Amino acid sequence: MEFTKMTIDDLKQQLNEAKISPKELYNTSLALSKKAHEKLNIFETIIDDFQMEDANSRISGIPYALKDNFSTKGILTTASSNILNGYIPVYDATVYKKLKEAGAVLVGKTILDELAMGGTGTTGHTGTVHNPWHMDRLMGGSSAGSAAAVASGIVPFAIGSDTGDSVRKPAALGGIVGFKPSYGRISRYGLFAFASSLDHVAYFTRCVKDSAILTNILKGQDEYDMTSLEDDNLDYTLTLNDDIKGKKLFYFKDICDPAYYPNSSDETMIETLTKFQETLDKCRKLGFIIEEVSFDKELLNAIYPTYMIISCAEATSNNANLTGIQFGPRGEGDSIDEIMLNARTKGFSELIKRRFILGSYILQKENQEKLFLNAARIRRLIVDKMTELFKTYDGLIMPASSNIAPKFNDSSDRLSEEYLILENHLAIGNFGGFPSITLPSGIVKEMPVAINITGPVFGDKDILNIAYKIEEILGFKGLVKDDFYV
Amino acid sequence: MYKVVIGLEVHCELQTKSKNFSTAKNTFSSKPNENVMPVDLGLPGILPYVNKEAVYKAIKTAMALNCSIPDEVIFDRKNYFYPDLPKGYQITQVTKPVGRKGYLDIVVGDSIKRVDIHQLHLEEDTASLEHFNNFSLLDYNRSGIPLMEIVTEPCMESADEAIAFLETLRSVFLYCNVSEADSKKGQMRCDVNISLMKDTDTELGTKVEMKNINAFNKVRSSIEYEIKRQTAILEKGGKVEQETRRYSDEDEKTYAMRKKVDAIDYKYFIEPNLPPVKLTDSYLAEIKQEIPKLQHERIHIYTNTYGLSLYDANILAKEKEVSDYYNDVISYGTEEKMAANWVITVILGSLNKLNLTISEFKITPLMLANVLKLVNQNEISVNNAKKILYQAMDLNKDPMIIIKENNIKQIDDEEVLLPKVKEAIDENNDVYMQYLEGKDYVANFFIGKVMAKTNRQANPAITLKIVKEELERRKNSGN
Repeated sequence: MEFTKMTIDDLKQQLNEAKISPKELYNTSLALSKKAHEKLNIFETIIDDFQMEDANSRISGIPYALKDNFSTKGILTTASSNILNGYIPVYDATVYKKLKEAGAVLVGKTILDELAMGGTGTTGHTGTVHNPWHMDRLMGGSSAGSAAAVASGIVPFAIGSDTGDSVRKPAALGGIVGFKPSYGRISRYGLFAFASSLDHVAYFTRCVKDSAILTNILKGQDEYDMTSLEDDNLDYTLTLNDDIKGKKLFYFKDICDPAYYPNSSDETMIETLTKFQETLDKCRKLGFIIEEVSFDKELLNAIYPTYMIISCAEATSNNANLTGIQFGPRGEGDSIDEIMLNARTKGFSELIKRRFILGSYILQKENQEKLFLNAARIRRLIVDKMTELFKTYDGLIMPASSNIAPKFNDSSDRLSEEYLILENHLAIGNFGGFPSITLPSGIVKEMPVAINITGPVFGDKDILNIAYKIEEILGFKGLVKDDFYV
Repeated sequence: MYKVVIGLEVHCELQTKSKNFSTAKNTFSSKPNENVMPVDLGLPGILPYVNKEAVYKAIKTAMALNCSIPDEVIFDRKNYFYPDLPKGYQITQVTKPVGRKGYLDIVVGDSIKRVDIHQLHLEEDTASLEHFNNFSLLDYNRSGIPLMEIVTEPCMESADEAIAFLETLRSVFLYCNVSEADSKKGQMRCDVNISLMKDTDTELGTKVEMKNINAFNKVRSSIEYEIKRQTAILEKGGKVEQETRRYSDEDEKTYAMRKKVDAIDYKYFIEPNLPPVKLTDSYLAEIKQEIPKLQHERIHIYTNTYGLSLYDANILAKEKEVSDYYNDVISYGTEEKMAANWVITVILGSLNKLNLTISEFKITPLMLANVLKLVNQNEISVNNAKKILYQAMDLNKDPMIIIKENNIKQIDDEEVLLPKVKEAIDENNDVYMQYLEGKDYVANFFIGKVMAKTNRQANPAITLKIVKEELERRKNSGN
């Protein structure tokens, strides 16, 4: 089997049988990294130096990529923003520390949408990340580089962060698995905060089982993160193959049905939704009971604005440490205010400034009640409704995206009625801290499409089990674009 | 004449092992940037971790100030940009401060006044910033140190009341063992809000705020200056501006800093990284139990129950450790007034001379009580007792051991023996008559009598000397 298609387990077997050494594995990955990076623009930093801690775990010796918003001691970390140019952290993120201790080998730190704010992979300070499936198409973001690294077969897994859908959306557009465990399952210590109440550590893998393996390694309580959960001491790989007969899934009524869009001129969207219906049929054949559920349309329409309000507000505060005083490029000026102002004016792109201004406006005393607190209430309503549904259903199954990866110059209005819910519903997983997984479910116009499954909070084990069984019948495990390196 | 209305906002650094939201040490250090963790620098990716000891001590203080305690602990962010605030926000409490609606009784002159506490909340200190000609230096040792803020209602009416409140509040901090509250180390700082109104006015006058005053005497002079300044304005028919003023040490005056119109919107919101922690009844009961009797309660007991003078009571209750010492001495059976005299004159006097604190003092309350028991039983004299105590301090020894080793219990104290000798002579006039007749040897008879009276503990040599002197004295005076 080719390296680019191998899962963690496949590679581990090669290592165990001494067919290849960790160093050779790293070198293969490094060579691919350089090649793919040239084409796609994936990395902030490529680690040109084999470093592996002595360890024996299910991922020891396995190369991986890490989003450049995780603090790595001694390694440049910019969050793809000019405000952090030259910033070399003095401490390790808990996730990075755990991976190091497990013997995983870091190949590179990947580009993101600036400060993880954005869903396109086009706003990082070193330029656009391309989709290996089609150079003219978006990778999606914000964990664009990590998605591209796995989608192009450089590494079997890559770490990202997911605040609205920043792993699960690009996973869909790249034909790979993207898993976001429950809020608190994995420590956020060292992940550069975007919106603390929504931020999750999440990852890209070639298959569901690899996501389970990673969760085993990364989960657990961290004394540096008070929101982290006590370890449930479960091995998530042991229950992947559990029988799912009779498990119940639901999807939102109307919006997932191609017939709901009779006037749509968007062919690929219709085809994507048709594929989704086919996927549901396959799942039913497997033994799932799948039902449509009407969910208050107004609440669903409110997902995007609610997400924007909460995330911008928290982001403006979370990023107030970026003043160039303690670290990062120092601004010029005669007064302290001027120095900070100039550092921030120069350091952030227009898009970021826009979010900060929004966030600041939302938090102003006179707007808090109407905007910030109302958004929190809507979030609560949505989460309560979902939690209620999870009493009846084991999970929500939805198209992860309404469409294949858009082209760079695509000017379609993603806020229009047609896309508003289908493109933004993944944020529900962040609102409630629900475990949520995206997995490839088909090919439309030579591009991958995907489904997403979201379950009740702390139900990580069951969601992985469901996803594993669905992955089996869909047959897209280890999907990569065959001719990418040709 | 105008009525003065004063409200205080007091900041107090809590004494804890580590900082409020990081594991860095919370100690006063002269070496800059020594006690610093990533959290205290606001580095990207850091998360706060609540110091349980700080929460415990803040709640303890809130309880001592008779505040109502919320059902849970949550924190808020106060957002503003300043170089000494590395995260760009301060973690503080707005939604649910750990204490609300409390009070503290203070003694002003002869009367007791109740100062209403608006709230007490827990927050973190900023870094310290030192400005030079064309650069500034930042020291993050202070960044993240747990800080309590106590906000009073505008209810004090004079500098005297404000000072009495601050002193009483400081005693609460010390009694509850939550802070050293040393204003020289900046551990206790104060903002003063002051306004003037006519007696006939129904609404408060315009408030002026004076920020960050460290020493109590500066609080006094700033208030006194402001009263004069505002009175002068009002008397000329002018209007006092609502503003923040800075107190200058050098000329003891206040200067305008910024007008209230520039008031900052701090955009408070609940800190999402610190999940709410419910406060259980058993936890609160545990804290409640840890609160000792406070200064004013002790003074009340000392004067009303023990009959001490207010002056002595104040001295004894000034420091909790001294007061505890005194209470311990009493608990071993020493009479209250006697114990007070000894603790104030001998113990506190010696501590002063030796430059020691009472916790460093080697004479335990039990040791003192034992010595005083002997004094009470006339087994040793007051002077001897003092001598023994001083010796015990010097030798770092139990005074009872010194007594035993030197056989001091055998009474060699002339002050004790003389009255016994006199008694013996008075009671045996016939034998005295023999002495007058020249029979010197009768002195031995009197020694025997004194021995009997002192349970055979009188020093025979000294007793003989006293007997001879007394017999001679009487003979010479013609008795």
